[in-house]
Amino acid sequence: MNAVANELSDMWVLAVRSAKRIPRQPDLLIGFTIQPLMFVLLFVYVFGGAISTPGFSYVDFLIPGIIVQTMAFGGFVTALGLSEDLKKGLMDRFRSLPMSRSAVLTGRTLADVSTNVVQLVVVLGVGVAVGFRFQTGLGDVVAGIALLLLIGYAFSWIFAFVGLAASSPEAANAYGFTILFPLTFVSSAFVPVRSMPGWLQPVALNNPFTVMVNAVRGLFLGIRVGNDVWLAIVWTIGVAFVSAALAIWRYRRVVAK
Amino acid sequence: MSQAYAIEADGLRKRFGAVEALRGVSFGAESGNVLGLLGPNGAGKTTAVRILTTLLTADGGSARVAGIDVARHPARVRAEIGLAGQYAAVDENLTGFENLEMVGRLYHLGRRPARQRATELLGEFGLADAGDRLVRTYSGGMRRRLDLAAALVARPPILFLDEPTTGLDIRSRITLWESIEALVARGTTVLLTTQYLEEADRLADRIAVVNLGVVIAEGTSAELKEQVGGDRLEIRLARGADSAAAAHALERLGSGLPAVLDGTVSLPITHGGGTVAAAVRRLDQAGIAIDDIATQRPTLDDVFLKLTGQTAAEAVDERR
Repeated sequence: MNAVANELSDMWVLAVRSAKRIPRQPDLLIGFTIQPLMFVLLFVYVFGGAISTPGFSYVDFLIPGIIVQTMAFGGFVTALGLSEDLKKGLMDRFRSLPMSRSAVLTGRTLADVSTNVVQLVVVLGVGVAVGFRFQTGLGDVVAGIALLLLIGYAFSWIFAFVGLAASSPEAANAYGFTILFPLTFVSSAFVPVRSMPGWLQPVALNNPFTVMVNAVRGLFLGIRVGNDVWLAIVWTIGVAFVSAALAIWRYRRVVAK
Repeated sequence: MSQAYAIEADGLRKRFGAVEALRGVSFGAESGNVLGLLGPNGAGKTTAVRILTTLLTADGGSARVAGIDVARHPARVRAEIGLAGQYAAVDENLTGFENLEMVGRLYHLGRRPARQRATELLGEFGLADAGDRLVRTYSGGMRRRLDLAAALVARPPILFLDEPTTGLDIRSRITLWESIEALVARGTTVLLTTQYLEEADRLADRIAVVNLGVVIAEGTSAELKEQVGGDRLEIRLARGADSAAAAHALERLGSGLPAVLDGTVSLPITHGGGTVAAAVRRLDQAGIAIDDIATQRPTLDDVFLKLTGQTAAEAVDERR
């Protein structure tokens, strides 16, 4: 019992520590809020006119996609932070303390949930300002938000792995974006998959990102697409498990040096 | 080894790929004493500390800290130790106070006691006024002091200091030395690694000289200095031709015979001040002009040169 309480306390202490960083580094804060905001404005006003989304206004189509993308990228501060902790010896300090060893990772990813909430508020706020409207009841909207936070948490573990695998904080940043950009763009996030060339469509359709975006669209706009929500949950949990396993494996390796 | 040893390494081995970082290192620090591990970069000092602090497992040999085997009961060892490192492992985006509070809570002291302890330590290390500032605004010396304070949050009986003053200016170094001396006075056992003979000399009761993963000499600072010849008086002559006459004039002055090299006479001495004046008088009486006179204290390089026939830098280069 006491061991579980200590474990949770360690995770919480390190999550608070990680979360405190964001408001203290204005450049990070800008990355977290202005960037998704810019995406919304650019897509709605620059690309929006050229993209046809039969049955929806482009704003309604776009906002769920951009929110999922924002959640996915939100964990990059975990990659940055873990990489810096390794480089600056903080990891050694934590590991020399009589504390839970897993808290170094679980605390980080938990802190990302708080940044994800901030981002969610920003993007939804801007979305509503430019014309986005929920088409479903409160229950579905809340379920959609819960799914989004789950997606954000799962992607934090990808970034945890990236941060532990990269040689420097800068490299971690670069890897993270190189992996995630194609994943988010070759999906239904910004354009309908049917508008892509024939050979690319199966890739986009089977991209877990498409599944997640479709599920959120279903929950926010009321167009149910088969089992997309369940499929999205399965994918998200799968991503979380696989990347957490990779992150833990990588963590054990890097600290043995 | 006896129970009196608070830190004990017994034939430690560790290999990283092709590099054998430790090749059977043994040493011991008695309870309440300071053991200095002295050696150049790459000698294996940090690897030894990382094994003793449970950050790394050894390939061979054994180690005990507070009588507890580090490989068998790492969690119990962690409750007995504090670690301060050469990287000043503090979070730049937290304040000094928040750093110490965080460490206290990770020791499970509880919120209130963790805060009290943080305030106490900030005062003790001269950081009370800077406690609410983000650490990224701290100077190098302040960071090291905070790092040392973080290692002391749970008042550990055994402290590991891995090159605590490397890269610091002399004033910050002396401040940190004073803090370490105060700890030792309270009975903390300390293992200190350093590249500076001066530092080991000032802080350590016993010194183990490490090179290429083995201990090549061990003893008190006085014993080691005796091996390298202690302090020397170096006199550069105005005319190289006077060398023999100068050596003759200084013959019985030092603790050993004068040596001559390149127009410089080197004389081993035991106490500096009076000897300098006497040497100048004698050379003056003999009509020998000098360019420069200075006392030289032995450095890590002298220890190395004496023990290995190489300078510390050469020893490291050879290994690469």
